[in-house]
Amino acid sequence: MSEYIIKNGHVFDPVQKIKGDKKDIAIKDGKIVEASEVSSSAKSINAKGKTIMAGAMEIHAHVAGPKVNAGRWFRPEDKIFDSHKKPGMTRIEGGKSIPTVFKTGYEYARMGYTFAMEAAMPPLYARHVHEEIHDTPIIDEAALPVFGNNWFILEYLKNREIENTAAYIAWILNQTKGYGVKIVNPGGTEAWAWGLNCLTINDPVPYFEITPAEIVTGLMEANEYLGLPHSVHIHQNDLGNPGNYKVTLDTLRLAEKVKPKNDFGRDQVMHSTHLQFHAYGGESFANIESKAKEVMDYVNSNEAITFDTGNVTLDETTTMTADGPFEHHLCSLNHLKWFNVDVELETAAGIVPYVYSPNVSVNAIQWAIGLELALYAKDPMRCFITTDHPNAGPFTRYPRVMSWLMCAKTRNERLNTFKNADKIIDRTTLAEIDREISLYELAAMTRAGPAKSLGLSKDFGGLKPGMNADIAIYNINPEKLPTKGEDYEKAFSNVAYLFKDGKICVKDGTVVDNGQKKTFWVDVKVNPNKQVRHDVVEKFLKYYSVNEGNYSVPDDYAPHQHIISLDATHA
Amino acid sequence: MTKKITLNMITCRSIFQGVGMEAGKTSQKYFNACSIIEMHPEDMKKLGIWKNTNVRVSSSVGSIVVKAVEPRELLVPGLCHIPMGPWANRIVPAYTFSTGEPCFKGFDVEIEPAINEPILSAIDVVKDACGLPIK
Amino acid sequence: MTKVVKDVICPFCGTLCDDVEITVSDDNKKIISVRNACAIGAEKFNHTSLPGRVTRPRMRQPDGTFKEVSYDEAVDWTAKTLVNARKTLMYGWASTSCQAMSVGHEIAEKIGGIVDNCATVCHGSSLIAIQDVGVPSCTLGEVKNRADRVIFWGCNPAHAHPRHMSRYSIFPRGFFTVKGHKGRKIYCVDCRYTDTARCADEFIQVQQGYDYELLNAFRTAARGEVLPDTVGGVPKEKIYEIVEELKGGRFGVIFFGMGLTHTMGRNHNIDIAIALTRDMNDFTKFNIMAMRGHWNVTGSGQVLAWQYGFPYAVDLSRRTKARYQTGETTSVDLLIRNEVDACFNIATDPGAHFPIDSVVSMSKKPTVTIDPHINMSTEISDLHIPVAMVGVEVGGCAYRMDNVPIETRKVVDPPDGMLTDVELLTKINERVDELMGAK
Repeated sequence: MSEYIIKNGHVFDPVQKIKGDKKDIAIKDGKIVEASEVSSSAKSINAKGKTIMAGAMEIHAHVAGPKVNAGRWFRPEDKIFDSHKKPGMTRIEGGKSIPTVFKTGYEYARMGYTFAMEAAMPPLYARHVHEEIHDTPIIDEAALPVFGNNWFILEYLKNREIENTAAYIAWILNQTKGYGVKIVNPGGTEAWAWGLNCLTINDPVPYFEITPAEIVTGLMEANEYLGLPHSVHIHQNDLGNPGNYKVTLDTLRLAEKVKPKNDFGRDQVMHSTHLQFHAYGGESFANIESKAKEVMDYVNSNEAITFDTGNVTLDETTTMTADGPFEHHLCSLNHLKWFNVDVELETAAGIVPYVYSPNVSVNAIQWAIGLELALYAKDPMRCFITTDHPNAGPFTRYPRVMSWLMCAKTRNERLNTFKNADKIIDRTTLAEIDREISLYELAAMTRAGPAKSLGLSKDFGGLKPGMNADIAIYNINPEKLPTKGEDYEKAFSNVAYLFKDGKICVKDGTVVDNGQKKTFWVDVKVNPNKQVRHDVVEKFLKYYSVNEGNYSVPDDYAPHQHIISLDATHA
Repeated sequence: MTKKITLNMITCRSIFQGVGMEAGKTSQKYFNACSIIEMHPEDMKKLGIWKNTNVRVSSSVGSIVVKAVEPRELLVPGLCHIPMGPWANRIVPAYTFSTGEPCFKGFDVEIEPAINEPILSAIDVVKDACGLPIK
Repeated sequence: MTKVVKDVICPFCGTLCDDVEITVSDDNKKIISVRNACAIGAEKFNHTSLPGRVTRPRMRQPDGTFKEVSYDEAVDWTAKTLVNARKTLMYGWASTSCQAMSVGHEIAEKIGGIVDNCATVCHGSSLIAIQDVGVPSCTLGEVKNRADRVIFWGCNPAHAHPRHMSRYSIFPRGFFTVKGHKGRKIYCVDCRYTDTARCADEFIQVQQGYDYELLNAFRTAARGEVLPDTVGGVPKEKIYEIVEELKGGRFGVIFFGMGLTHTMGRNHNIDIAIALTRDMNDFTKFNIMAMRGHWNVTGSGQVLAWQYGFPYAVDLSRRTKARYQTGETTSVDLLIRNEVDACFNIATDPGAHFPIDSVVSMSKKPTVTIDPHINMSTEISDLHIPVAMVGVEVGGCAYRMDNVPIETRKVVDPPDGMLTDVELLTKINERVDELMGAK
């Protein structure tokens, strides 16, 4: 494999605490090495006046699987804009809010991303998720199976059977090639199978007689019992409703009861996703207001929590979530087309197109809350930038979100030109914040932080010798920082270079190599568990519509696997 | 003067058509299952034929000879059915009203007795229309 | 000695039963017996062993007869035809694996083909309707475990999806449906008294072509508004009565089929059925599902969607952009307007299932048909390339009618030297690359 040496660039790497110093980065055999270790034939790249970071890591996006694909095909109108083949080694690209798999891979790579986590995989549909991951070029991917409404889990946790819960999680991760434990609207989605919901953490789930609080706590305990690389990853109850910040704080406090236990350098026990949707005050959409400050005061004080923002980008987009009842509710608000799938024994999903308009006060308040969360975050290693793609906006808008965070002038221009600017300023605290996120903080929020939260910090998210050579070089000169937000946006949209596994995949924003993408999954060894085995056999015999023998994801669906193996056979 | 009647035609799947298809499109099973028209006995009476008589069925786009049989799944008088397949498709109007979907169900056909006319085989019924040589 | 292969997936209809057991000879060449499959499925598996199967490509001669050619010659002829044509209709895909489709799409993108699947003459109307109004739906296991009101509207699973009723919709006992059929009320709406109607508790005979009116009447009744005395031949008392029963259920589901998609109104019949389902969610839980026909037509829609964003009729002839417009890029319309200059059929038989005008149009163009068996399309083609049967002689991914993907199984070996779809398409793809490189 070829060797490279990247010279004269400004390096931002929280892993080594390098804050923009000039440092040469050498690459050999797909890894970062000391500059002295490459031969004289190493190709030299001049990064003078440029910013060098590790490849960025997406911690939460809906990029592959049944609901993403339903969103694609049931919205032909989403292909009207920005859908065509672009220069380089590419296939036809299509879709604006829900790009096709080709466009997804290319766009992440053009922005300097080398990893994306599919945020919700229904186990029954795991083969579909992996087929799409297989067809997505360049970037590494993994997927989180959903557990928060799974009948096995509800039955085990009703009796507080943590060991059985853990053994079942291990079995599902193995069957679905999954990465960790996702919870979506715990209990509420099962209730939705009867047209109901759970709106607080103490609402009982119909028939199963368990509460969301018990589900979340039990899954956190099982997660730490197994010592998985990632913590539980939770989309909380009562998403999107005014006044929901109290439910949010109640859920976040559940993290106080559990201690992290793993060999991956992960410190949190809960990752709270798209927090923007969960930080609302007020009693109705007429008087909705920001509670970002209150939520962040708590998050800042509890180191056992990481979160991602879920920034609203003010675009027309397609909302999609395993929170089935929420999508039904949203459809009754905006009256656009509604797609729903309930998945036997496991989960559900809903999809509704949505237009975030700068002229609608609620949308502008949501926009402000997302930014406030990041700007109030004291520890950038625990706060990650997402748009909950495509729910709050497409991931292709990350550069714009970054420009709002990094340039107060741009941010305030946007804030002050909203149709109802006075109202927005009154209901939020954004106008009072003058913080600008630095390149170093950004590297933490998009690289080192997510890598640590995902338990991947040994090999990813940094530029230390020995780590994987996933490297993004941007046309940003830290000695002469852009003064306009749009310059940041342009630079973050098109990397000067993207190295993936030590190969140049994107050059000047053009895809030059499709790389060799890998599928990450976690294989946990647990003690043989007769109870779980019995339950699996019984449920497939009686209640599933497929046979157990046809449930797992065959190996050839993921030709290049990065398997994280761990032993949880407690002596 | 032969009698003619006008009926409303639908073309649908049947399990025999399915089994015939999997046994082979050139099989006797497929021929038996699909080269038929199901009609209400009253309509047969109106047409002056016994069941299991060959009839010529004509629509706005073409015509085909098939065997008139009593329906296995009851039809109301005025409605008739040819199982989906090459015989039915000789008379299905291809116009789609911009939906891509031709009119497989609900179009008028004229039916007249054709006692002595032969029924073409599955392959010949297509080749005949395409002007390809028939064995 | 024989051996038994379990958990076999039946590659016939969209029900995609995955509990078939097949006994095969110990040399993996012959199927001895088939258990658990329906009559059609059993016939499909048994068909592999019938004598007289074509195992090598055949090229039509000037006198109309076919002459055997090698796979290499067939690949070369196909690749040249594709490269020389300006617009090729690449139709079918419903009886092959998703892996094969992926290779096919790569070819289509290079040569500027139009990729369409048999939704175009089947549930295309449903897909259009869902694009207009969305759809609330569920997996088949949800129906089995929860449904207590089941409506079959314009579909006839007793004939088209023979095991649907016993596996999912009428008879099975599930978690919340321990009484099985006794705990469910089954309705059948059709213009014929079908064998499905015989299994139903209530048969509602609608006048042919009046489904839209009747569905509209159901919506009207659900809102408590006034109806005329009869709608589509159904008395208003009956409509009010049924709507009240539906509202009184805990979990309802509508299954619909060609009775809605093929009749006048097409997609509008579906969108009002979906609208009724949405309305019913204000009273109880209600879902709706299309009874997809071919075993992997759903899969073709899925692969096209994740690669191009549209479920069928994807026009790649501009090579830089995917287009989709029903009536314009759909197969039957393209053929009757003579807008394509070559045809490439794979794993479906338009010769038997397209209206004759479009078949005649196809027969006048250079045409290749890739199919394990002789059918109407192969006989009007210039070239027939036989391949191994997917789901019997080679595995591959398929999507059930509720979009659940299942990896089908290989049960027996294909005849010696026979290529699979993936192998054949890969060879064609490579040959296309060579030819286009030389251009």
